[in-house]
Parts: sequence; structure tokens; C-alpha cells
Amino acid sequence: MKYVDEFRDGEKARVLIGEIESLVSGMKLPEGRPLYLMEVCGGHTHSIFRYGLEGMLPKAIELVHGPGCPVCVLPMGRVDDCVAIAENPKVIFTTFGDAMRVPGSRKSLLQAKADGADVRMVYSPMDALQLARRNPAREVVFFGLGFETTMPSTALTILQAESEGIRNFSVFCNHITIVPTIKAILDSPGLQLDGFLGPGHVSMVIGTAPYEFIANFYRKPMVVAGFEPLDILQSIWMLLKQIAEGRVEVENQYARVVPSEGNNAALRAVAQVYELREFFEWRGLGSIDHSGVRLRDAYVHFDAERKFAIPNVRIADPKSCQCGEVLKGALKPWQCKVFGTSCTPETPLGALMVSSEGACAAYYQYGGQKRQAEVV
Amino acid sequence: MNFVPFVKTRTRGKVNVSSVTLAHGGGGKAMKDLIDDVFLTAFGEHACEPLEDQARFDLAVFAAHGDRLAFTTDSFVVDPLFFPGGDIGKLAVCGTVNDLAVGGAVPMYLSCAVIIEEGVQIDLLRQVALSMARTASQAGGQIVTGDTKVVPRGACDKIFITTTGVGAIPASLALGVDKARAGDAVLVNGLLGDHGAAILCARGDMALETPIASDCACLHELIGAILAAAPGTRFIRDATRGGVATVLNEIADGSGVSIEIEEGMTPIREEVKAFCEVLGLDPLYLANEGKIVVIVPPDQAEAALAAMRRDPLGLDAARIGRITSDQDSRVMMRTSFGGHRMVDMLVGEQLPRIC
Ligand code: SF4
Repeated sequence: MKYVDEFRDGEKARVLIGEIESLVSGMKLPEGRPLYLMEVCGGHTHSIFRYGLEGMLPKAIELVHGPGCPVCVLPMGRVDDCVAIAENPKVIFTTFGDAMRVPGSRKSLLQAKADGADVRMVYSPMDALQLARRNPAREVVFFGLGFETTMPSTALTILQAESEGIRNFSVFCNHITIVPTIKAILDSPGLQLDGFLGPGHVSMVIGTAPYEFIANFYRKPMVVAGFEPLDILQSIWMLLKQIAEGRVEVENQYARVVPSEGNNAALRAVAQVYELREFFEWRGLGSIDHSGVRLRDAYVHFDAERKFAIPNVRIADPKSCQCGEVLKGALKPWQCKVFGTSCTPETPLGALMVSSEGACAAYYQYGGQKRQAEVV
Repeated sequence: MNFVPFVKTRTRGKVNVSSVTLAHGGGGKAMKDLIDDVFLTAFGEHACEPLEDQARFDLAVFAAHGDRLAFTTDSFVVDPLFFPGGDIGKLAVCGTVNDLAVGGAVPMYLSCAVIIEEGVQIDLLRQVALSMARTASQAGGQIVTGDTKVVPRGACDKIFITTTGVGAIPASLALGVDKARAGDAVLVNGLLGDHGAAILCARGDMALETPIASDCACLHELIGAILAAAPGTRFIRDATRGGVATVLNEIADGSGVSIEIEEGMTPIREEVKAFCEVLGLDPLYLANEGKIVVIVPPDQAEAALAAMRRDPLGLDAARIGRITSDQDSRVMMRTSFGGHRMVDMLVGEQLPRIC
């Protein structure tokens, strides 16, 4: 924690806030609105709320909470597929904790577990593989979920299973990739964004080069940011500095962890195991081309999608949900029609209310009611 | 069937198998033997009416301690049964003793009902019973009546225990969740979240080796000391399931006040912080079994803190915040970083984040 405490120093924060304020006051702001800065990553959203960063920033800066929580962008049909696999009595279905509560059209994995399905929470895909070793008569399925952050560990687990000849293990692959997603956001009509806080963990794997198009084609600045509160403040300061100086670049605030060229070993494993899907459906954002990955044919025996009959039905999001608008930053969570009324963390309509990294849940938990009161 | 009262003169039955079978729940000799051998041997002999179906007390004994009877019950279903810092038996006694003590009551008598899964080792049951007896005698209370049931394999998870306790509340005391007033100080008696973290680690599915022990302890003496030092104490509650965050929200709701706590003043062990960091949990919501939240008028806060710090169970006591005049019944935390955030009721269980 010693290492971490450095990045939570309130004194340093005040100095940084002061510098941010003076930068903003000397800047020409867009007409009639604050500066919109989007944090792409759910981990950032979480830190921003946990440390109360929003309230510390000058009013001229507004943070927009992007689509970076993999649990939040999971379409309902995919949750139904998970439940269908989990309900197969031969199967032990393993998942990260925060995917348990995401609502499907019939039920969540948590409800499926209560109804008798063997659903278990694991902390890494290697834990799931260990379960497979210990239960040779059962089929252990791991729910592969997440951006490039978690993609390599799933890939390495599959390679490990392959080398041990384990055949009762498979992955229901819902890994997604960040670049097409950011592109889809940038292409959405009427978008007002002045800069991006780039995801730290994802960049640890892919490096910073894949983001260059954001600066070069879309003319938006980006700063790859760490997750500690000082990291985030410093990244905001770096973004403002670029804007103030009229520069548009991809900068790396998180260089202590993120090498600009990425992590080669991880990238090799990813390239070996996965290939891009033509299309992948996102909750609220619709289908984004080449944004998801599946297992290559060489690993077909580890592919739960091909091993089990899954319904694979597209389920439209509930009509009242405005998750898509919130994910794109067009609406603040508390502006959604059902926020805090029919959609709460206890009875989430949309996935943004489920994961602790979801913007709606974060608003609800860390100050939502107040915001709501200010609006009505 | 109740196993109290027992007959002092009857020869003790002896269980001569190594694990519990359904026969031990059948009401016959096997059951009598189990109760005699395991429970009565552990709990010792108490001055109860022989061969009655209930424990009997002289009301004068209660009246000598106070003017109101306190009565509480709780069930314990922890997995694993033994963990660093405690076991289900100690937990079952401490939990009920604390539930009495936080209301200001002097804990006097406990009952215990044990539901046992077929196949549980008799030795294990013995250890649990001994632990209950040891903890109860340390707390100055007695286990005076009880019950055992045996259920088929799979119908429960090894051992479930329900304890019920009675005590007497001294006439001078009137603690209540509705009594917090603006300006009052919010105190805790030590490091938060140890029990929750210890149990999660002990389950062993975390692949984390963290040397965290549960804080499981009986707090009646500590609470007695607080009440003596700060007679104006408004409210005390033990921060068990749901952690300190939940208790604070209950107070905010119950008293129609808001609470502001300071992250920087909130005592949490470095190991627990690191553990929460890794798993994406919030230590404020982790369970405690030896921690209380105390609301006292501001002018008695120092006296209450000093009293706590004189007790081994209150060495790390701290003033973590205050009651504010804002009437929205909100709990806010001033982060050590300088920002503010809400500390709301937890929805469901804390589930670890993925990245
Ligand atoms: S309040 Fe619910 S439905 Fe609305 S955007 Fe948030 S999660 Fe989606």
C-alpha cells in the first residue's frame, strides 16, 4: 500500500486541482457547454466516484462515463446463453463475480444458481481450469469476459488446457476489443467530446500505438491514464494542457505500467487463440463490426459456443432503457427516464446499474439521489 | 428436544461412533448420548430444575440487574466452521452476547439450537461445543437450554447454530437508534473489516494468503466501560453483516440525521485495505464480529474513546466522523483525497469486480 498511497495524496491533489483551475480559466471553452472528457474505462468511472473526483473539478469540466465496463455492455441475449449453458446438469459454469447479477431476459446467473444450476464464482480462468482438473466427469465452462485486460489470461488458460490435454474445459468467449468501440463512439452522430482518458489496464497489453488514429483522424486528444485518483487528475491536467496548447496527441500518463509497445507475450497468446468476429452485439450500442473475438478453429474443442447448443437469440433491450445514450455520453445516468425509479441496483433494468463499474450504479451509490434531486 | 435440564446423577452417555448419523436425531438413546457426551460435558452443570423442558429463573435475579429484560436471537451459518481468530461456536456466543450488550443489557443466559448435517465428525462437534462453553464463561453468561436436530446429508452445511440470549437493562439506560443528534460524535472501537476479510481468505478460493484473523470477541465489558465513562451515550450497534456502512445508514434513517465520516480517520488494517483493493471490495461493508459503532454527545467523545482504549478490544478506537444537521438521512464520506462520496446501503452481496 505504500506504493499506492503516493497516488492518493490529498495535498498533491489540491495542487493539481489548482493547476487545472488556472488552465481552464485561461482557456477558450466551447460555446454554451463545458468541456466533455470521456473516460473510456469502467475502472476509471469507479475511481472517480470512489474518491469524489467529480465534485473537486471546476464546473467547466464534465466527465462523461464511457462504455468501458465489459459487464455493462453485455447484451441480454448473451446472459440468456450463459444461463442456458449453466442449466445443463453436466456443466459447472464459472464466472467473475460481477457478471452474476446482470439481468437476462428470464433470469440472471445468480437466479439460475438459486434455481439449482451449478454456477461458481472464480477469480481467474486458471481457477476454472483447476475445477476442470478436479471434476473430470463434469464440463467446466468459463465465461470469458472483458477487454484486452482479461483476454490474455483466458488465452493462456486455453493454451495450458491444450498442453495438459484437458478436454472437459471450455470458454464461452465474450471478450471484446477496445479500438473498434472507441471508433464507434467517435462515429456516432452529434457526438460532443473534447478528449479521452484512455484505459490503463487495456493499454498495458496493447500499448499506446493502436490509439493513434484518435488523434490523427478524429483530431481528439487522448491520455492513457492510471487508476489512482492522482493518476486521473494528472491525466485530466495533461488533456487540458493539450487542448490549451492546441496539440492533439496520444500521451501516456501511466508509463510506469504501460509500455508504449504493449506486452508482447500477452499479444502473442491473444493472436494465437482468438480471431475477430465479423459482428458483435453490444448492449445499448448495437452491433459493432470486428469488436468481439472468438476462438480460432484450432481450439474449437475449447469453444463452449460450439460444444453446447445455445439459444443465441437476440433480445432487444427494454424500451425504457437509455443505456445506449448513457454509454455514448449523450445522457447523464440520472437523466435516464427510469433511473432510480424502475431501475435501481436491486432491480436493474439496464446493465449500467449492475456492475459496480457501471455509471448508473456509481451515480446511484455515490451520490445519485443528490443529483436526481437537483434535476427534479 | 431440549437437553436442559440434565440430571446430575445419571451416568453420562458416551458416543462411540466417529460421526453423526440420523440416529442421533431420532430422539432415542443415541440422541441422549450425543447431548450428554458432547454438549452437557462441554457446557457444565448449571443450577436448573431437573427434567423440565425449559430453563427456569428467579425474576428477582433479573430485577437486581435492571428494570427491562433484553431478549435477542441470531443464527450462525459460517463457512468454514473454523477460521483464523475463531470458529462457529465462539461466533454464536459472541454474536448473541454482543447483541445484548449493545443495548446496554448485562448478558445473563443463552440458549443454543444446533442443526447438524449427517456425517459431521463427533470430534468437530465437541470442539465447537467446547468453544461455545469457553466463550460463554468468559462472557459471564451461561448456556442453559438447547436443542439438537440432525438432518440428512446435503440438507444443511455441516453445522448451523442458533443462539438466543436474555439479559437485563439497567434502569438508567435508554439507548436508541432514534437518538442521534446533530453534532454527536461517531466512534468505532478498532480496525474494521477483519472478520469479513478473514472468512473470505479462509474459504481458500481466493488464492490469496493474507494473515488476517477474525476480530470475533465478546464486547460486553468494553461496552460497560463506555457507558460508565460516557453516560450520555446515544446508541451502540455492532457492525456485523453489512459492516459499518450499514450501521451508519441505519442510524441516519432511524434518527433522521445525516452522517459525515472521514476516510482518513477510519481505522482499517493495511492488509485488509490491500485485500479489498485486489478484489474490488469496500472495507466499510465487510462484516465485523468484534466492532461497534458508538454515537455519543460531542462533550463525552473523548471520555468514551479513552475508556475504549483502556480495553484490549478497543486499542485502535477512533472518532471517525460526526452527525450533521442535514436532514436527508445520508451518509457521506470525505475521502482522504479531499472529495466527497456517498456511503449507501449495500445492495445484495459485494461481488468482486473483474478488472
Ligand atoms: S438507469 Fe438503468 S436503464 Fe437507464 S441508463 Fe442506467 S442502467 Fe440503463
